[in-house]
Amino acid sequence: MAEKSGADILVECLIDLGVEVVFGYPGGAVLPIYDALFNHPKIRHVLVRHEQGATHMAEGYARSTGKPGVVLVTSGPGATNAVTGITDALMDSIPMVVITGQVPTQLIGTDAFQEADTVGITRHCTKHNYLVKSPGKLASVVHEAFHIATTGRPGPVVIDIPKNVQIATAPYRKPESFEHASYRPQTEADPAAIASAVEMLAAAERPIFYTGGGVINSGPEASTLLREIAALTGAPVTSTLMGLGAFPASSGQWLGMLGMHGTYEANWAMNKADLIVCVGARFDDRVTGRLDAFAPHAKKIHIDIDRSSINKTVEVDLPIIADVGNALADMIALWKDRGHKAADLGEWWARIDGWRARNSLAYPESREEIMPQEAIAQLYKASRSASDVIITTEVGQHQMWAAQHFGFDAPNKWLTSGGLGTMGYGFPAAIGAQLGNPDSLVVCVAGDASIQMNIQEMGTASQYRLPVKIFILNNEYMGMVRQWQELTYESRYSNSYSDSLPDFVKLAEAYGWTGIRIEGPQELEAGIRQMIDTPGPVIVDCRVAKLSNCFPMIPSGAAHTDMLLDPSQVEGVMSDEAKALV
Amino acid sequence: MHIQEEISERHVLSLTVSNEAGILARIAGLFTARGYNIDSLTVADITPDHAISRITIVTSGPPKVIDQIIAQLERLVPVHKVTDLTDNGPFVERELALVKVAGVGEDRIEALRLADVFRAKVVDTTIESFIFEITGTTDKIDNFVGLMRQIGLVEVGRTGVVGLIRGKEPN
Repeated sequence: MAEKSGADILVECLIDLGVEVVFGYPGGAVLPIYDALFNHPKIRHVLVRHEQGATHMAEGYARSTGKPGVVLVTSGPGATNAVTGITDALMDSIPMVVITGQVPTQLIGTDAFQEADTVGITRHCTKHNYLVKSPGKLASVVHEAFHIATTGRPGPVVIDIPKNVQIATAPYRKPESFEHASYRPQTEADPAAIASAVEMLAAAERPIFYTGGGVINSGPEASTLLREIAALTGAPVTSTLMGLGAFPASSGQWLGMLGMHGTYEANWAMNKADLIVCVGARFDDRVTGRLDAFAPHAKKIHIDIDRSSINKTVEVDLPIIADVGNALADMIALWKDRGHKAADLGEWWARIDGWRARNSLAYPESREEIMPQEAIAQLYKASRSASDVIITTEVGQHQMWAAQHFGFDAPNKWLTSGGLGTMGYGFPAAIGAQLGNPDSLVVCVAGDASIQMNIQEMGTASQYRLPVKIFILNNEYMGMVRQWQELTYESRYSNSYSDSLPDFVKLAEAYGWTGIRIEGPQELEAGIRQMIDTPGPVIVDCRVAKLSNCFPMIPSGAAHTDMLLDPSQVEGVMSDEAKALV
Repeated sequence: MHIQEEISERHVLSLTVSNEAGILARIAGLFTARGYNIDSLTVADITPDHAISRITIVTSGPPKVIDQIIAQLERLVPVHKVTDLTDNGPFVERELALVKVAGVGEDRIEALRLADVFRAKVVDTTIESFIFEITGTTDKIDNFVGLMRQIGLVEVGRTGVVGLIRGKEPN
């Protein structure tokens, strides 16, 4: 068999694996791969402006299409710049394969130019990683890496390829299907556990579904099944930040997001429920609040594909280790098989309606200034004219307002950095999402501070003619930091003011984009409409009320029932125990 | 404010793993990254083709943490199987130590006498010193080393624990 270079083998593998887009940045240690890409126009390479941008683009692409995101960066700084995005993908279970160049094998360990211990650095922020020392092993590693990244609980996989391995040759044949020596994700549920779950659900008087990103990761079918089981049981549904869209916000059974900035009804329902069915979520600290006061009356069923998520923070009564879609399908089949009917949950719903009546997402109206919540609500209203809308966010108050006030009815339309909370995620994620969904309206809801963390990617959007929209809620603060300083440190605003902001409109123009400034409530609707109707990329500098805070809020270390609903409840000081929590 | 510590228990975990580069760093790093304790860790390959290694880890933590440690270890791609010997016992555990003791006269005789009681072997000697080889549980070795400290202990080398489930079934 004719031999091929490692670089050619890599590119052939990517083509065989159906990879269409690679986000990358060239450099010395990946030049052979870039030369191979030059000869393989089948793969579209998107040249980013910073490697972190490449990783978040790959995440946005993956989250919005269900396909793995692929990143190609050079050794040393290329790899270290990618670390934040890799860690982000690990925390939010995003399938991603990152190919890094490495110095040639004989130079490894000599502190060579642009050498970094990439496998060492990324060992604990990847699902798995590889250093490939011979071109003959490259094909099996690349195929295995995609298998690991996309199956079980998805996550990032790094393949570190020394430059001489890219140049040396070996025979290449597309690997046959293989059985991994040790990696066996458990995707099918234990039937006995399914049977117990169905009986618990049928017997519950105050059930609630608490759903998360696992439903989205399982694929669109899982979202359909979630809707079906909710309809069969009549139970209310709440979701984590990562799971928004899996259940339609327009449904009467939807309680809104739960947790730190969740709705009053979602958190009280969790507190008073007698059965919580956790579907693809992980009892994160943003969700549970104070652990010893979390859902004290509820039996808990936990469906998760990752055994290590079970009993990690909250002890559950019935773990079901499986792919969420499979487990839901089994539960639905058995529910029907046993002839269960939805129980009369009238009393439960009456209590929920009582909590709903608090209208916890209400915000003060203003004629002088744009309330940030109103800006999101208007964006939601206006974007309904588009056939398909994808929203990405940065991290901070604007992210929570978007989660609260934008209604998602379908999965894969809401891209946000949940676990790691990475400022700088949203804009590159929007670029990745736009590449994977060229006909969708993709809007990055941003803050004035976080947009600056990867703003260099404006050039990427220009270069590839991607009509992404950046909608900045500009309050001239790192708003969430300022909010916590008000809550905890008697409003001592230590370094949370965004001084020396750029003129975002001029910045847009500098990159050949359209810039729109919205300064008052009267301009809001028209400004948003202009953004949506502009065919190319747009930055909207939406000047919002500077001191608005995000409510409701469960302060760190507080129980679900200790929500702050408005600023009048803020005392401005906290105990040391509460201060020490994140 | 003061930081509270939880009561922990000792567990011996036995892992089979693919014998590949970085596997030890992956496992040791998991313990440091998640704040778990390692009291001892041993590793050696155990199959004729050198493809599989057995790693024995002695760790300590509250039961919930031990359960998490096992789940986190199982999540690592090259890990084949994790057995908590402490929970799946009865099991045999052994550690080997080399113990160097120096002294003359009565101390020398006492050292030999104690070694005999502990079934330690003399594997090296000079006029003024012995190296003893002792195997046993961690406790037994701790006791032996403690006694030798009073006689003229120079230094100790220990392997850490290895263990297997009793009976014919594999771990």
